[in-house]
Amino acid sequence: MREITLSQAVNEALAEEMRRDPSVFILGEDVAEAGTPFKVLSGLVEEFGTDRVIDTPISEPGFVGMAVGAAMTGARPVVDLMFGDFIYLVMDQLCNQAAKQHYMSGGKLTVPMVLRTNLGATRRSAAQHSQSLQALVAHIPGLKVALPSSAYEAKGLMKTAIRDNNPVVIFEDKLMYQDKAPVPEEEYLIPFGEAHTKREGSDITLIATSSMVQVAEKAAEMLAGDGIDAEVIDPRTIVPLDEATLLDSVKKTSRAIVIDEGHQSYGVTAEIASRLNEKAFYHLDAPVLRMGAMDVPVPFSPALEDLTVPTPEGVVENARKLCAGEMIHAA
Amino acid sequence: MAKAKTNTEDYLRMYRQMVRIRTFEDNANQLYLSAKMPGLTHMYSGEEAVAVGICEALTDDDRITSTHRGHGHCVAKGAEFKEMFCELLGKAEGYCRGKGGSMHIADQSHGNLGANAIVGGSMGIATGSALRAKLMGKDDVTVCFFGDGATAQGLMYEVMNMAALWNLPVIYACENNGYSEYTKTEEIAAGSITARAEAFGIEAHTVDGQDVLAVNELTQKLVARARKGEGPFFMELMTYRYHGHHVGDINREYYRSKDEEKDWKDNRDPIIRFRAFLVSEGIATEAEIEAMNAEIEKNATEAVAYAEQAPYPPANEVDMHVYAD
Ligand SMILES: Cc1ncc(C[n+]2csc(CCOP(=O)(O)OP(=O)(O)O)c2C)c(N)n1
Repeated sequence: MREITLSQAVNEALAEEMRRDPSVFILGEDVAEAGTPFKVLSGLVEEFGTDRVIDTPISEPGFVGMAVGAAMTGARPVVDLMFGDFIYLVMDQLCNQAAKQHYMSGGKLTVPMVLRTNLGATRRSAAQHSQSLQALVAHIPGLKVALPSSAYEAKGLMKTAIRDNNPVVIFEDKLMYQDKAPVPEEEYLIPFGEAHTKREGSDITLIATSSMVQVAEKAAEMLAGDGIDAEVIDPRTIVPLDEATLLDSVKKTSRAIVIDEGHQSYGVTAEIASRLNEKAFYHLDAPVLRMGAMDVPVPFSPALEDLTVPTPEGVVENARKLCAGEMIHAA
Repeated sequence: MAKAKTNTEDYLRMYRQMVRIRTFEDNANQLYLSAKMPGLTHMYSGEEAVAVGICEALTDDDRITSTHRGHGHCVAKGAEFKEMFCELLGKAEGYCRGKGGSMHIADQSHGNLGANAIVGGSMGIATGSALRAKLMGKDDVTVCFFGDGATAQGLMYEVMNMAALWNLPVIYACENNGYSEYTKTEEIAAGSITARAEAFGIEAHTVDGQDVLAVNELTQKLVARARKGEGPFFMELMTYRYHGHHVGDINREYYRSKDEEKDWKDNRDPIIRFRAFLVSEGIATEAEIEAMNAEIEKNATEAVAYAEQAPYPPANEVDMHVYAD
């Protein structure tokens, strides 16, 4: 199968959906000729014109709000939010407006919009350009949240997001735009709420999102050298969450580590770990561990920044301890 | 009064709609005071000529976005009493199946995209609706209602900038009732409100919001021009709210005087003024008007009675409509 980058995969998904459905359009800063700072949208304006790939002023609440209004009245906007960190600027439009229209109207209004943005540290971008804010949006009922872990997922999830009748937030890891993966030429969609088992194993389950899937896969390889057989699962969407696949795996392996790049406290990892505790407690041989980013603003210095995110080595260390029964803390 | 231009039928409909709003509000107020209505509500009485003058210039395809003070817009855009009272009481037959209430009432079938409890929160939605119209080659217009207080929100400036850059068919309708909650407009708004729109090159008008014909005439012109791609436009409508900021705002002399309220009610009431005009022009007799008022009152009483008896939504609807299919 041909291999393409995550960036090309997103670009293809958008182009295919825009060809299929004239109500799909793109709105954001420097999305047209510039194709975004990450060049993900390069070439789309040539095919679809400036009426469907619209450069906006620097007005995040303004254009996200406009996407909500366009979506409520029959269009399917895809908003490009240059950095995930800017989600803080648009919280009202996303969480009070987009997320609640369907419910508040008793099911009459729908908001079929996509907000695509990014997450991830270790790009030396410092505290205002490195955050992973998926937990913040996942907390709000009415929003769906997708976290592609490769080019394959990025394309399939984007196409599903565009066709979904709800507001969907997609976070791409900004370090992964150039990562290549096999992507079929034929059309495919990845349904929301279907986790993907990346690697089967019997001793411990590593549940990882976005770029943490790579971290988990590396950890699994390292653990294999120790004779520890790790299963790696990527939920792909955290809202909706495929709880069944996660529970089945944990019931089989009896141990789990949940890894996500958002801050550890009150995060995605806490939510998943808690569900496993509630629903698979008697199958567990050890507490479910959470591994998120440290609870600090992301530092600039490479020497410091690298300490803040989960690493394969860190996962291996925790997994070994869990499997050796060393994590049962005395009160 | 602005010059008579439309026909008798239009006048009578505008009068009827203003009385319907006033009657709706009087009944809603009673429901609240008798503790039958849950939550909070903000009365529109006094501002009827704004909603009616504007909405009468729109079709069902034209959209509006509304505010926390949204009953008037909802009635003016064509909603029915029964579904509205049901919504105010949280009943299943309400426009939003009891999930929106007073502050979120929405009647999409007539193009009302809904009331909004975030001050200034719908400015993006209205402008986005206009963007959609332009992109999809439709000629509908969207009117964004908001108060003078909302002009202090940054979102307005972001979207007016884009609306002006792209000539979007949106009309920003600022209902200046002199107060933002318990604060006078002069204390919270620097400079002139229309100048803010003019700074983006948006044509702005100030109009007497107590004169339904003046509002309607201006809106008709602006809507026609917006349909041709000459938008956006901005209107500042000078008006007044008779009640407190919300139904519980009873003792309000610390921020506005009884004399001031009395002056507006006695001398500038949009319904009294228009009624006198209709009679003096021979469009309706006093008797006809009284009959119309009585019929509207009867409709409202019946709708309230219906809503009071109507069932609440079943418990299984609580987690319905979080996500669309
Ligand atoms: C963002 C936001 N801030 C504050 C409030 C509380 N609040 C509700 S209505 C209101 C005053 C609005 O004044 P204005 O826009 O002039 O409208 P009016 O009530 O006069 O119709 C305030 C402060 C709110 N609902 N939303």
